[in-house]
Amino acid sequence: MAMRFKTVTSPFVLLDTSVGLVMRRVLYAMLPGIAALAWFFGWGVLVNLVIATIMALAAEAALLAARGKPLALYLGDYSAVVTAWLLAVSLPPLAPWWLTTLGILFAIVVAKHLYGGLGYNPFNPAMVGYVVLLVSFPREMSTWLIPHGIDQAHAMTLLETLQAIFSGVLPARFAPDALTGATSLDILRTKLGLGLTVTEVRNSPVFGIVAGHGWEWAALGFLVGGLWLVYIRAAAWQIPSGMLGGLAVIATVFYLIDPQHYAPPWFHLWSGAAIYGAFFIATDPVTASATPRGRLIYGVGIGILVYIIRAFGGYPDGVAFAVLLMNIAAPTIDLYTRPRVFGERRA
Amino acid sequence: MHPSDLRNAIRNAGVVGLGGAVFPSAVKMNLSGHCERLDHLILNGAECEPWMTCDDLIMRERAEEIVAGIHILAHLLNPQEVLIGIEDDKPEAIAAMRAACAGTGYAVRPVPTRYPSGGAKQLTKLLTNKEAPFKGRSTDIGVQCFNVATAYTLHRAVNCGEPVISRIVTVTGHVARPQNIDALLGTAFADLIAQCGGYLDGVERLIMGGPMMGFAMHTDAMPVTKATNCILAAGLGELTPELPVMPCTRCGDCVDVCPANLLPQQLYWHARAKEFDKAQDYHLFSCIECGCCSYVCPSHIPLVQYYRYAKNEIWAQEKEKQRAELARQRHQARMERLEREKQEREAKLRQKAPARPEPAIAGPEAGKPPIEAAIARARPRSETAVAESGERNG
Ligand code: SF4
Ligand code: SF4
Repeated sequence: MAMRFKTVTSPFVLLDTSVGLVMRRVLYAMLPGIAALAWFFGWGVLVNLVIATIMALAAEAALLAARGKPLALYLGDYSAVVTAWLLAVSLPPLAPWWLTTLGILFAIVVAKHLYGGLGYNPFNPAMVGYVVLLVSFPREMSTWLIPHGIDQAHAMTLLETLQAIFSGVLPARFAPDALTGATSLDILRTKLGLGLTVTEVRNSPVFGIVAGHGWEWAALGFLVGGLWLVYIRAAAWQIPSGMLGGLAVIATVFYLIDPQHYAPPWFHLWSGAAIYGAFFIATDPVTASATPRGRLIYGVGIGILVYIIRAFGGYPDGVAFAVLLMNIAAPTIDLYTRPRVFGERRA
Repeated sequence: MHPSDLRNAIRNAGVVGLGGAVFPSAVKMNLSGHCERLDHLILNGAECEPWMTCDDLIMRERAEEIVAGIHILAHLLNPQEVLIGIEDDKPEAIAAMRAACAGTGYAVRPVPTRYPSGGAKQLTKLLTNKEAPFKGRSTDIGVQCFNVATAYTLHRAVNCGEPVISRIVTVTGHVARPQNIDALLGTAFADLIAQCGGYLDGVERLIMGGPMMGFAMHTDAMPVTKATNCILAAGLGELTPELPVMPCTRCGDCVDVCPANLLPQQLYWHARAKEFDKAQDYHLFSCIECGCCSYVCPSHIPLVQYYRYAKNEIWAQEKEKQRAELARQRHQARMERLEREKQEREAKLRQKAPARPEPAIAGPEAGKPPIEAAIARARPRSETAVAESGERNG
């Protein structure tokens, strides 16, 4: 009797990788940046992360169950957790719990599952959630804490933080306007609007060495994590280089034209969500361009849009809008940037 | 010997590409119409896949004979340069071939051991930096590539008169004594495995070919063919178990590894949606089915399986189209012929009418036309049947 064997198709060996592994690596890479944020902005950063994670997993599980997908398999891909973290990190540290929840629900239910779930969503879910919140609740979305190190009195304990997030009650010692501590981009924007020059604005204590105090350290953390992602090839290098390169070039051009009205390029690169967005938001592969050249173009497009929105648009930062706009363009970019197939004549 | 006689002899000896494609070698030795003389004759001594060692072995042990085979190839193809590409993890094979090539002017070139450098197109690119056009032949760029084992059989065929009756097969994996065997064609896999001491415990799959591109056999009662370069009795430890398939996240890992510079995720998308024309727009047929994309895919999508499926569907459609076209042509030809015959009959009738008064002439010749006519009548009927069935299907 001849032996009988299973028949499947080649290849029979696979690299030890999985969607879950890739997603987990993204989470690890966010840790340094998150640590810096938590140091400067307190417990709220971590509480937001926890709320977002729980809500995202619950929403994902419910939607998967409703769509008849295997729960364990899809929850194990960690994509919902990544979405949750990406959104939570973008929120103000004392964002009320319902704000976080709403953003997550929008991201997971509408932006992800209504479009077909993992791999089928044309827009970056975390950024859809963020933009919905920013447009609907502009006040809540712009009340940032003053970073640690500027005003010691504003350090909050975990209990105070939880109270603020869940019931909206601030500690009694806080001045009524304690939460208007705007980001450096906000300040630059308003002050420039008042006719001050960039150099004058930069003397404000909110500014640190290159950009916003505290922010610059978070940016450094995200840069470290992001470079690691690129190094292990979990993120395509073309997107962050394109985005930061594009942003730097256009910022330099305007800075050279009029240095008193336009912030220097290093300030733009180091401010707001530029680095975070370049390495963690724009690199979401599902919604980005998929060809090597296309990714570069996609990144440059985001960089330029970020600058335009920052300098001329209605919002202080524009990473979310820029990413969503380029999401729309991604399929077209792909179409025109197909690589030269082996054996095809060089054009 | 005249080149065409030599090619005939080679063809009759059954010399084919032993790398696995089993393309008749004699065809590749005919340059007529493509180029005057070859720039590069490439001998492929880069193993197609990991785990295979049959080419390594033949180069180590039969280098002289391989070089004798190369002489024949060089005689027929008149190349400017003969390059022998060997992966750099085979120092003994390189040394043996270098020694055998001494004084011949053939160049032994180590190439990096990086799958799929053993693919003919990839090796050509590595050695000459030329890319074979995707709609054409390698001779269009003045290159022809043969496996080293093929060169050996060529020598046996031409110089010893021995047709291809055996080949070297790597038997490896979960067997007691993995080894290379010079096996007669037709030997059952089971016999080779027995020769190697039988299976060890835990054999899960039997693969003909390598782990990347091979075919899983359902039984070991299969015979060795000229395409059997390797028999891999694979245990669970060596192979990846079947993993659940996730949706494509467009991560692009497949794009980074594709040696043909394709966009595997787009091919997959279109193949899955059965948009075969779009898949062809993305150069489906440039895919060499190397399996690199499936290997790296974090979503564990059996990409190659989709490509094979799409290719088969497209071929089936083409064949169907050709058949329909043939049926249409046949039908048209039949109608024309019927019309012609009718006219001929009428013309004959008109001619015969006045001749009726003299029937006495009818002799042996007169008996012939009715038979021919009957044959002619019978033939259209059978052709009609074909044409009609063709029409029904088309
Ligand atoms: S490697 Fe897999 S998941 Fe990634 S783009 Fe290719 S097919 Fe999609
Ligand atoms: S099997 Fe995949 S990697 Fe290999 S040529 Fe085809 S598409 Fe490219």
